[in-house]
Amino acid sequence: MPIIQGIIASSYKAGGSFESIATLTAAGGETSLTFSSIPSTYKALQIRGIVRNTNASTGWTGLKVQPNSATSTYADHRLSGNGTTASANGSTGRAFGLVDNSVPRDGNTASVFGTVIIDVIDYASTSKAKTFRNFTGVDINGTGIVNLTSFLWTDTTAISSIVLSPETDAFKAGSTFALYGIKGE
Amino acid sequence: MLSKLVQLSHYTELRENNVAATYEPIAATTLGSAASSITFSSIASTWTDLRLVLTAKGTSSNYPYMRFNSDSGSNYSLTRLQGDGSSAASGRQSNQTELFLINGSLDTTIPGLITVDIFSYAGSTYKTFLTTGSTDQNGVGYVVRIAGLWRSTSAITSVYLYTSPDQFAAGTTATLYGIKAA
Repeated sequence: MPIIQGIIASSYKAGGSFESIATLTAAGGETSLTFSSIPSTYKALQIRGIVRNTNASTGWTGLKVQPNSATSTYADHRLSGNGTTASANGSTGRAFGLVDNSVPRDGNTASVFGTVIIDVIDYASTSKAKTFRNFTGVDINGTGIVNLTSFLWTDTTAISSIVLSPETDAFKAGSTFALYGIKGE
Repeated sequence: MLSKLVQLSHYTELRENNVAATYEPIAATTLGSAASSITFSSIASTWTDLRLVLTAKGTSSNYPYMRFNSDSGSNYSLTRLQGDGSSAASGRQSNQTELFLINGSLDTTIPGLITVDIFSYAGSTYKTFLTTGSTDQNGVGYVVRIAGLWRSTSAITSVYLYTSPDQFAAGTTATLYGIKAA
């Protein structure tokens, strides 16, 4: 069988439209991590990460997201699959954006982290409310969940910081979030 | 833009100023003829995450699979969420010897789009990934989202894609990207 060992060799320049802004890594025990001083020069932001919390139970909990540390007003919707059933729900009036079912607890198989990709477009707009789109999940070989969620932050303030918190307890050591900026024209 | 095929181990010679970009194509291929597999090998540990983008057709209605580092042990598992145009459902596979990339077969004429985001691929935890699969053939199709796990703490140095039965059809493209965090 052919083995394709190839590369598009190019004069690809460092930088480009997708830029790394900052990375946060939990030493363990932090109840929140914060991206601060986010520049307003991008069109969109993406957060990519792996996460686990310190609770000794099995199962999973949610990830709270708060732009500018805001405690109002958020609404969310979720479509999830737990390996058996597809389900959907939503809520309004939360004090945080909820990325549900994304943080496995520490009683699960060791060395398994949940995965998150969080996107927000026009985060620096001062005339638009902010919608976050999230693709997250965890598989633990016999259990697990995959989620498509979105949440709305009704505020039109430009986002200059983002606070991430597990819905309960604290981040496990090694939980890591990387913030990227995507440039527009 | 200069474009040619070279060995993966030589790619650093071709980057401008040898500086890794944040979102960088590592390797890519378009099949000029049918092939039973596609392998990305000698993947350096330079980046934080890997992203595989595959537009795939099959020579028959066959199924695409993936393995890491040639591991054929029962070390793969996944949880999926899918919609087929009629209903939404969820399923699971555990203790598998390979990863079923999508919950459906490849079409022979219309490429399906598959992406795989592999997180902290060079780290010391088990390897987790998120997969999207999308295809529509005007009356038939599906969308699937997967959370997957490879129970190995080894860094991923190769990605092996294959179909069963038969082959990837000519015109199938596969691109591997590296994403570098600050």
